[in-house]
Amino acid sequence: MSADHAPRAGGGRAPDVFERGGWVSMREYGDDEAVDFAIVGAGAGGATLACKLAEAGFSVVVLEAGPFWRPLEDFASDEEAQQQLYWTDERISGGADALALGGNNSGWGVGGSTVHFSMISLRFRPEWFQARSRLGYGFDWPITYDELAPYYDEAERALAVSGPVRYPWGPPRRRYPYREHEMNAAGLVLARGAQAMGMPWASVPLATVSAPRGKSPPCVYRGFCNFGCATNAKQSALIVWIPRALAAGAEVRDLAMAGRIELGQDGRAQGVHYRRNDAWRFQRARNVVVSGYAIETPRLLLNSACDRFPHGLANGSGLVGTHLTTHAGPGMWARFDEEIRWYKGPPNMAVCEHWNYTDAGKDFHGGYAFMSQGPLPRAWAQLLVTEKSVWGAALRREMMDYNHMSGLVAVSETEPRACNRVELSGVRDRHGLPVAHVTFEYSDNDRRMQDHARSFMGTMLEAAGGHDVWTSDDTSHILGTCRMGDDRDTSVVNADGRSWDVSNLWICDGSLFPTAGGVNPSLTIQALACRMGARIRALAARGEL
Amino acid sequence: MTQPPRFPGYDVLAKWDSPSFDDVTRDVLAHRLDAVPPRRWLTPDEWDLLDAINARLLPQPERDRPVPITPWIDAMLHDDRGEGYRHPDMPPLRDAWRQGLAAVDDEARRLHDRPFAGLDADAQDAVLQAIAEGRTASPRWQGLDARRFFIHHLLKTAAGLYYAHPLAWNEIGFGGPANPRGYVRLGFDGRDPWEAKEAP
Repeated sequence: MSADHAPRAGGGRAPDVFERGGWVSMREYGDDEAVDFAIVGAGAGGATLACKLAEAGFSVVVLEAGPFWRPLEDFASDEEAQQQLYWTDERISGGADALALGGNNSGWGVGGSTVHFSMISLRFRPEWFQARSRLGYGFDWPITYDELAPYYDEAERALAVSGPVRYPWGPPRRRYPYREHEMNAAGLVLARGAQAMGMPWASVPLATVSAPRGKSPPCVYRGFCNFGCATNAKQSALIVWIPRALAAGAEVRDLAMAGRIELGQDGRAQGVHYRRNDAWRFQRARNVVVSGYAIETPRLLLNSACDRFPHGLANGSGLVGTHLTTHAGPGMWARFDEEIRWYKGPPNMAVCEHWNYTDAGKDFHGGYAFMSQGPLPRAWAQLLVTEKSVWGAALRREMMDYNHMSGLVAVSETEPRACNRVELSGVRDRHGLPVAHVTFEYSDNDRRMQDHARSFMGTMLEAAGGHDVWTSDDTSHILGTCRMGDDRDTSVVNADGRSWDVSNLWICDGSLFPTAGGVNPSLTIQALACRMGARIRALAARGEL
Repeated sequence: MTQPPRFPGYDVLAKWDSPSFDDVTRDVLAHRLDAVPPRRWLTPDEWDLLDAINARLLPQPERDRPVPITPWIDAMLHDDRGEGYRHPDMPPLRDAWRQGLAAVDDEARRLHDRPFAGLDADAQDAVLQAIAEGRTASPRWQGLDARRFFIHHLLKTAAGLYYAHPLAWNEIGFGGPANPRGYVRLGFDGRDPWEAKEAP
C-alpha cells in the first residue's frame, strides 16, 4: 500500500488482467448520474456482487481503495516486494489478544484479499447456519444451508474449484469442476499422520485450476500464492468476477477511497463521498453496497454518522462493529528426516475437517479444520522470531532446517462476543478519516478449542514422523461486525444483506457472518454475494428495491 | 556460522536468465542488490547503533559484505511505511523506533557504562537478551513496551529483511523466484534440477 500508484481504470478502458499492457473497454458513469448500485470495495463480496448485478442489467460503479493490479506485470516472485498487496494504512489493534492485521487478513486493490488468499474453497457445515438452535452456541443465521447450497454450487463453478472426487465431509454434493492437484510433501505429511491415526483427510478444494481454463493456464506450483499469482491460475475475484462485471457494463474505479455515505432527508442513501486523484468527489446512487470487509465496512458506517444516525449509519441496533470474530490459527511445527521443501505448490494442500463434523468428545463449542502449510522464508523467519524469540546465530541455525520443516495450522472458530469490536480511533489516515480501532480477546471456549487443536495436530505430526514439535499462535480472517439476522434489534441487515434502517443500503462481505465457522470464509462470502445478486434481481422485479 | 554450507554451490541468482525469473522479479532483486539506499532518516549515531544491533540479531561473521539490513529499515522509516497496525500502547512507527533505539543505548550505558556500539559482542548480546526478557532498567522505555519493541520491531523487521535476500535463500536452500517455470517434483525428497541440492 503506497502512494506510488496511479489509477489505471478510466478513459473508457480498464486493464486486461490476461494480457501484458492490454485493455478491455469499460463503460463509465458520471458522478451526477445516479447509478443503480455504488459498491464500495472490489473483493470477494463486492466484485462478485458487481458481476451479478451488472449481468442482471443494473448500472454499477465499484469504488476500490487500492490499485487495479496486472497479475502478469505487477506480481514479483518476492515476499518483500509483494507486501504491496496488503492494507497497510494505520489501524490500532488492541485488547488482551490483539489481532495482527496488515498482511494477515487484509487486501488492497481490485480483487481484495482474494489476490493473495490461499484459495481454500470450503463450504460451511450445514448446522452452522443454525448454530444457536442446533448446536447451542453463537447466533443463528437468517438463512439455511439448503438456501445457500445452489449458490455454493454457482461459486464453485465460477471459480472452477479443483477438488477431490470424493470429499469426506458434508452433505452429498456434485463433483468439483476440476480435478484435485497433485499433493506436495507438506500435504503428504498430513495424509501420513492422518492415516496412522485412522483419521480421514482430503485434498483441499482450491480455487486455482489444475488444467487450462479459458485464459488461465494451470497452476505451475510456483508457491507464491500468498503474494499474487503471476501465472493467472488462481481464480481470484480480480480475474474471475471483475472481467465479467466489466463485460456486463460495470465501471470499476481503482484508487478511489470511500469516506462517507450521504443520507438524504428521506432517510435513503444518496451516494458515496470518495477520494480519487487527491480530490473528494461524490457518486450519486440509488443503492449503496458496502463491501469493505469486517474492519473497513463498519468503519465507513461509523464515519457516516449523521443527525438521524448519530452512532453510525444504519446502526439503530447498536451492533455495527461489534461481535467481531476471527479464526484462531494455532500451529504445530516439526522437523522431518525427508526433504519437504514446502515452498512448492499452494501453501495448504491437505485438510482434516474431522473436528468440524464431530461433536462428541469436545470440551468446547464450535469447530476447526486444519491444513498443511507452506510459509516462504521471510514469513517463516518472522514466525520463528515472534513465536520463539530466537535470534542471532541460533536463528540462522534454525532457519537452516527450512527444507525439512512441516506443519499444521488450524482455522479455529471464535465465539461472536460484543466486546470484540471495531470502533473509531482519534488517529486519522492520509485521507483525513478516523482509522479503525480493533479490540479482541479470546473467550475461554476459544482457548479450549485451540488447546484441543494443538494436542490433536501435535499427535498427528508425531504420527507422521515429525521431530521436535513446537507450537505457535496466529489468526486469520475478520468477520461478523455487521451481522445478518431475522430481527432488526439483534442484527444490522436482513438475510438479503439489506439494512434494517436504510432501505437502499446493503452490506456484502464477511461482516455479515453471525458466526465464523471452522473454515476459510471466501467461498461463503462469494456464495452469499451470488445469492444477494439473485435476491436483488427478484426484489427489483417486484418493485421492492 | 563457520559450519560448512548445507547447500554447497547453490546460487539462486544463477537462475537469473532462466525460466525461473521474470522481468518484474529481476527488477525487484536488482534494486535490492544494487540500490541499497543511503541514510536519510536515522541520525548517524542511530544508524551506527542500529547497525550494531542488527549485527547481533543476524550475525554474519563469514561474510566480508554482510546482507544489508539497516539501510532498508532507514528506508522504511523515511517512507513511514508500517505493517498496517499498531498496538494502542505503542507510539506511531517512527516515534517507536527513535525512542526504542535510545532506550537500547541507555540500557547498555546502565549495564556497562558504554554505548551499545562500543561493547563487545558478548556484552551486546547480554543487553539484547535482557530486553528480550523484559528485564530493563532504563526510564526511556516509558510508554514503550521493551519486549514488544525488541520482538516486533527490531527482530521481526531484521529477520524479514535478511531472509528476503538471495544470499539467505542460498544458505537455506530456498528455490527463490519461480515464474514462469514453477516446480514439477512435489513429493518427499522431490527435487527439480533447478533446486538446491543438500549436502549428504
